[in-house]
Amino acid sequence: MNALNIQKGMSSHSAYDLRDPNAEIVESHTLAVLVENEPGVLARVIGLFSGRGYNIDSLTVAEVDHTGHQSRITVVTSGTPAVIEQIKAQLGRIVPVHEVHDLTVEGPSVERELGLFKVRGQGDKRVEALRIAEIFRANVVDSTLESFVFELVGTPSKLDAFADLMRPLGLADLARTGVAALARGA
Amino acid sequence: MSRSMTGARMVVEALRDQGVDTVFGYPGGAVLPIYDEIFQQNDITHVLVRHEQGAVHMAEGYARSTGKPGVVLVTSGPGATNAVTGLTDALLDSIPLVVLSGQVPTFLIGTDGFQEADTVGITRPCTKHNWLVKDPAKLAETIHKGFHVATSGRPGPVLIDIPKDVQFATADYVGPKQIEPAKYQPARKGDIAAITRLVELIEQAERPILYTGGGVINSGPAASQLLRELADATGIPVTSTLMGLGAYPASGKNWIGMLGMHGLYEANLAMHDCDLMINLGARFDDRITGRIADFSPGSVKAHVDIDPSSINKVIRVDIPILGDVGHVLEDLLKVWKSRGRKVNTPALGKWWEKIEGWKSKNCLFFRNSDKIIKPQHAMQRLEALTKGHDRYITTEVGQHQMWAAQYLGFDEPNRWMTSGGLGTMGYGLPASIGVQMAHPEALVINVAGDASWLMNMQEMGTAVQFRLPVKQFILNNERLGMVRQWQQLLHGERYSQSWSDSLPDFVKLAEAFGCKGAQVRDPGDLDAAIQQMIDYDGPFILDVLVEKHENCFPMIPSGKPHNEMLLGEAETQGVIESQGAVLV
Repeated sequence: MNALNIQKGMSSHSAYDLRDPNAEIVESHTLAVLVENEPGVLARVIGLFSGRGYNIDSLTVAEVDHTGHQSRITVVTSGTPAVIEQIKAQLGRIVPVHEVHDLTVEGPSVERELGLFKVRGQGDKRVEALRIAEIFRANVVDSTLESFVFELVGTPSKLDAFADLMRPLGLADLARTGVAALARGA
Repeated sequence: MSRSMTGARMVVEALRDQGVDTVFGYPGGAVLPIYDEIFQQNDITHVLVRHEQGAVHMAEGYARSTGKPGVVLVTSGPGATNAVTGLTDALLDSIPLVVLSGQVPTFLIGTDGFQEADTVGITRPCTKHNWLVKDPAKLAETIHKGFHVATSGRPGPVLIDIPKDVQFATADYVGPKQIEPAKYQPARKGDIAAITRLVELIEQAERPILYTGGGVINSGPAASQLLRELADATGIPVTSTLMGLGAYPASGKNWIGMLGMHGLYEANLAMHDCDLMINLGARFDDRITGRIADFSPGSVKAHVDIDPSSINKVIRVDIPILGDVGHVLEDLLKVWKSRGRKVNTPALGKWWEKIEGWKSKNCLFFRNSDKIIKPQHAMQRLEALTKGHDRYITTEVGQHQMWAAQYLGFDEPNRWMTSGGLGTMGYGLPASIGVQMAHPEALVINVAGDASWLMNMQEMGTAVQFRLPVKQFILNNERLGMVRQWQQLLHGERYSQSWSDSLPDFVKLAEAFGCKGAQVRDPGDLDAAIQQMIDYDGPFILDVLVEKHENCFPMIPSGKPHNEMLLGEAETQGVIESQGAVLV
């Protein structure tokens, strides 16, 4: 995670980060924000995004270190390179924020999301739904005679693809956790 | 040795341990236990304000003029919401404040109790950080942390919300030295490689400029001293933002005046034409840059700032240096000296010639009158008659503020208190009271406009109660002057709601408050009136009736670059295009 040892508040200086700082291209970035788990800290992070007009495409949060009261917020955001740098700097400025990592530029990372899909149907559609679920390695976590709830873990695009296939087969309800991400390697 | 005490006593104890001598506040139900403790001690003076907004601006004036954090105590609900404007003002101008607010007891939070407001929720975006303290054992520690956060890194306001039951509850007091070191520790030293690169550029630069801001003043007196040493040793011209006035002396040989929308012609042209811009603790505010695309197109830009989010926010810079201005200047001077104190002398000579050429435009020229007092003339006379005094100036917001910045000279930091970022009308009178509390013997003058002054005029009661001899210098044009000027320039001279009808008689108002007032309308009487104001031993309101339709120049119209300044009335026809009109 800390291979590049990027300090809180610094902009990313990866040797492989050859993006043009003035480009107007909107990019998607996954940020890992390590925060002190004190009351209101999530509101501070979310308030920063809404107050300054930045996008939140996905957000997950949970305490990851119970003794140290540290939580990890994973935010997927989008913006031009200049806006992304500004988001990181603004996040770093929040007092209870300890570290900000841009997983998109700091090196390879894994991103996973969990989705629960309720599919209603009978006959062929029901069989087809189960067949596709097997292909996607989704688990059946609830079953009735006319419905399944599938659990699927994967990248956001894998979950999108699964949802697209399930829609004509009777997708009735859908819950997604948002992205959790970690840097690859030791 | 542990000392057990109530939360209310802890508050007073913690303030005392933090070296607080003055608190600005207003009591109410949810802070009564703290007020009971204040009653039973003599170390901390409590200044009873007339409105909580006034308390926060007073604390800002106190902080800005001393370099110490200002402290405010307000009650829950309306007490806290009234503080919001002051908190936002302090956040934008990076003023260290610790605001303590009462809250309904913890068991009533969330029930819409009497005078309950979600204070931490409301103030979250307008403080640097805030806390709701639910555990009395954490109260003292949180207050100490609050002082640390408010004063370290880029300073700013913090708020600590204290429910009433926490004030009554008993716990062990924790002193500032007993708590573990805070995790919040912003870097102070700049990257030496970047500093060295900047020195190399200083050695070669043909047209360098030092563009200084409030960060130099926030860094402390040492930073101002180092700035003077750097400028005087290298011969680089110095300009400053509104917030940075006084860091380099107005009487200094390298001073070329304030820059920005109403800055000096020579300062703005030098910014536009420079080849090396050294930004020290300023933030490329929109009042400074004008049209971004044409901002100083040919320069290499260095930016020293303690806040990483200020760097590359508005203007992309070539040499970012993250650190405290004072520390960076110290290292910069060391490196520059060790490399042989080199500058590009022949080029600098030419650069100064060019600047002198711009100066000869005499951009602050105005047509004086012997019939009516011109506001610029009033500023010049105020400057002349107060120059030798131990003087502090505060202002409200508008034309008078810009004239004060243009015509008054500041030779020391911490002498100029104005609302720069938020532009809060009603700031100056309470700020002057806060300054006078910190400097009882000094001459403290609030340069005001009639409209701004009315916004917090209730605080004259505070000035009289505490015998604070603040001077209220009101440039009275019976207008909302800056609004009127913009309506003239961009809204077809339709003066919508921009005049002050039914103004009070300021002299009678002064008498009603129990202080002294005078009115002056004849230019021939102006000096005597100013002298009377200075000499009076107590708060004084001087109502200066000035030219009603005077515009503030020079001016960079919205949406225009630095080199398209307006210097006077003749140039104002149709100058702001529709694109510029949407800007503020």
